[in-house]
Amino acid sequence: MTIQFNNETFRDDYSFWNSDWAIKRFPFPFHQDSYMYAVNMEMHKGGPAGSVYEKRFDVDEHYVSEMKDRALVLDEDPLRCQSLPHMTLAGWDLLELIMVSKSEDYPDLFELHRDGSIWRWINKPMGIDDTFTFMDETTLPYGPMEYITRQAQGDYVILDQRDEMLWMDAGMVTTQADWSLDFDIGMNFFEWHAPVPLAHEMGIFKRALKFLLNVKQSAPARRLNWTMTVNPLLDSSPENYDKWGIQKTTLTPENIGSKQHLRVELQTFFRLPRSNALVFPIRCYLISFKDLVTIPKWGRRLHRVVRDLPVELATYKGFIDNRPLMLEYLEKFDDGLSTSPGVWPDRDTEPPLKS
Amino acid sequence: MSKFLFPPSIPSRPTYGVLERRDGIFHIIIAEDEGAEAIIDFVESDKKFLNKAHIIFVATKSGEKYVSRLKSLASAQFYVGPSYSASVQRLQKVLEAAKMGSQFYLTGTEGFMGQAQNEIMKAGFPHTAIQTEHRGSVARRMQCVHCKGITEDVITDPFVCGHCGLNLFVRDHYSRRLAAYQGVRVDAEDFGNVPEPVELYT
Amino acid sequence: MTAAPQKVEPGVDIIPALVDKITKVNELVTRFEFKRIDGKDFPVFSAGSHTVIEMKDGDRTIRNPYSLMSDPEDGSKYAISVRRDDVGRGGSLFLHKKIKVGDKVNLTYPLNLFSLDLRARKHLFFAGGIGITPFLSMIMQLESLVGSWELHYATQTEELASYGEELKNKYPKKVNQYFDDADQAILLQKLLTTQPIGTHIYVCGPAGMIKWVTSTAKNVGWPNANVHSEEFLAPKPGKSFQVRLCKSDLTIEVGENESLLEAMEREGVNAPFSCRGGACGQCETEIVELDGEIIHRDHWLDSEEQDSGTKIMPCVSRFLGNSLVINR
Repeated sequence: MTIQFNNETFRDDYSFWNSDWAIKRFPFPFHQDSYMYAVNMEMHKGGPAGSVYEKRFDVDEHYVSEMKDRALVLDEDPLRCQSLPHMTLAGWDLLELIMVSKSEDYPDLFELHRDGSIWRWINKPMGIDDTFTFMDETTLPYGPMEYITRQAQGDYVILDQRDEMLWMDAGMVTTQADWSLDFDIGMNFFEWHAPVPLAHEMGIFKRALKFLLNVKQSAPARRLNWTMTVNPLLDSSPENYDKWGIQKTTLTPENIGSKQHLRVELQTFFRLPRSNALVFPIRCYLISFKDLVTIPKWGRRLHRVVRDLPVELATYKGFIDNRPLMLEYLEKFDDGLSTSPGVWPDRDTEPPLKS
Repeated sequence: MSKFLFPPSIPSRPTYGVLERRDGIFHIIIAEDEGAEAIIDFVESDKKFLNKAHIIFVATKSGEKYVSRLKSLASAQFYVGPSYSASVQRLQKVLEAAKMGSQFYLTGTEGFMGQAQNEIMKAGFPHTAIQTEHRGSVARRMQCVHCKGITEDVITDPFVCGHCGLNLFVRDHYSRRLAAYQGVRVDAEDFGNVPEPVELYT
Repeated sequence: MTAAPQKVEPGVDIIPALVDKITKVNELVTRFEFKRIDGKDFPVFSAGSHTVIEMKDGDRTIRNPYSLMSDPEDGSKYAISVRRDDVGRGGSLFLHKKIKVGDKVNLTYPLNLFSLDLRARKHLFFAGGIGITPFLSMIMQLESLVGSWELHYATQTEELASYGEELKNKYPKKVNQYFDDADQAILLQKLLTTQPIGTHIYVCGPAGMIKWVTSTAKNVGWPNANVHSEEFLAPKPGKSFQVRLCKSDLTIEVGENESLLEAMEREGVNAPFSCRGGACGQCETEIVELDGEIIHRDHWLDSEEQDSGTKIMPCVSRFLGNSLVINR
């Protein structure tokens, strides 16, 4: 399939933009007019043709530019990619998973040729053509996890499964919503989720853990998570918070449409075969308010979700101060008409915005 | 200092217990300052236990205050060190030679216990089986998430990073690997607006 | 993405296979090797994994879990070894007496409830009888990763020490064997007090052996996190009982020699399962109404959950009393 790759930035001049195609396939996360935490897992085995759910590792127009931004983040801060020593085997598992999936799902963009343990990997969009020996680190320029995740959109956290628990023992984290791999590496599932308000009391994490411990090789799973970001900034890390935090105060009624972005994470879960670890890809999609409201149902619904979100969640997601400005903008796109259940826009049946 | 009751917090915030003697082939006790009182409490002059015990005592601030009392326990091995960093090599050597079946007991400040715990974990012993009892100061070891520098003995919120000079607020989010809590710039969204420092736990 | 999350379907994770080779290992043990019907490679797995084999005995479906003993990297076959159990529910007897080369079976994707802790400085293995099977694939995986291991393998006699001779010949310094009939016993106390920090122990064998090793380790002072065991709980028979399935609107009878899970499957109810041995939690079922006592036989629910009478694990647990209504 032919994808026209954007040449854009996620920092400084923020030239990031979404084509019509990207807007229409955006993973809108709200299936009703309000939001509360849920263990909203489903099988990750395909989706509607052309949707972000269809392929195992979705590739879109932002691919090349996102990988450039990742390389910049890593140059500035190598601690964004770490792997505890026992996780190298899982890194090989992940390399195989991504190479096999991408070469099968996007044969025009990626090729994998295997001759025993001699592998040749061709990544056309990034101009890579490397031959290496599977399971031999010395034949790759980086460790296996770092090597392949420098070529795959989204963050990757590899969880070791021990003692009926998951441990964050490796990761490539450069597009995160305000959490630090360097700080959290080595923590278990409850510990790294400790800062999330309300969810622990609701038993959300206990149920989620039980589900994840049982994910098998044949049945990957997925769910959506969301937050808000001012400017299409991928690297909204705590490490750089002292630099991007101030951007949240630059919103005005005139610029909010183009500056305020809904940030959705498509989280997937795959069991890795040799290591029995679980990989947790966190794929980040951004859309400006201005682009999002071109889909009337989404505009109506987003207004209602933001308006009614509990204070603790809006605070934890970092937009409590900007909420009034956001609502002032979004209410223009909520005419009070009812919205259908589910996340998909009703392109054919949906009424346009009542003025 | 009497035993401090830490207020309940988030799951990543460590909790401490009360040391008690366990079955084991050898007992390695690592303590700092007021932790000596915890040792005296739980050991209860148990000769059988003390004959298989190695006490590593770090007198960071307490000088000679507890030394003779601990020495009189007549444990199989006894060491007094002036600081954690001076003592860590001895601990590493002891861990190299130790066998599974050994028990570990830590007592002192959070920062001291956290660092000793790390050495034991690096040797391959699970942290869930290491006993800990807090004694002494409630000051924290804080890592600045921006410059990664660790500032010791933090007792106020916010505080100034001892490395890069930023004003940081104190989070309860704790990393076992770094044996430190997380500090984040307090005025990131409003430069210069730094609240008056307040003592921790008030 | 739909408005409501889709549950994972039971039974979707199966690989149609056929019996490719049957080898008698000794008086009690036979090895079965399988090939995929579609000719593709079996999935790579982590050592210690097991698969659940689904076989048809007339109109009865038997599903039993077995450790994979083959080389995890060799996808051309999956191999298991089965000890003949004359008194059991018939699964192993069926395999020993009725299955032939060429017969079709379904295998589930591998599931690992007994994995290596790759952080370990040293892996110490204790195997009893047929418990040797998971260690065969673990040894292969550790050899390729250059990991440190040591095996202590106890059997009734030398003849019944399946694969003992080959292991001993291949790794003379790492394999130690003990035969009951020669009065040889593992010097457990000595072994458990002389291991460097960072050693992990793994035990697989009869219940008595597992209890012996794990309780000795505990008494010597080993932390639980460094002690791993696997025991396949075959669902024990018991008095038959009636259950009402409120979702399916059915009342079914669970016979003496079948589990609640098997009874539901027999009645055509879609009940989730995975390990079928009380360890993985997949079959956890909500109890809607209880007038009687649940006989919990699983390793999944904690004691609070078991006492609450709100949950049951149908793959191994049973019921005694007046009425039981579950949410299936």
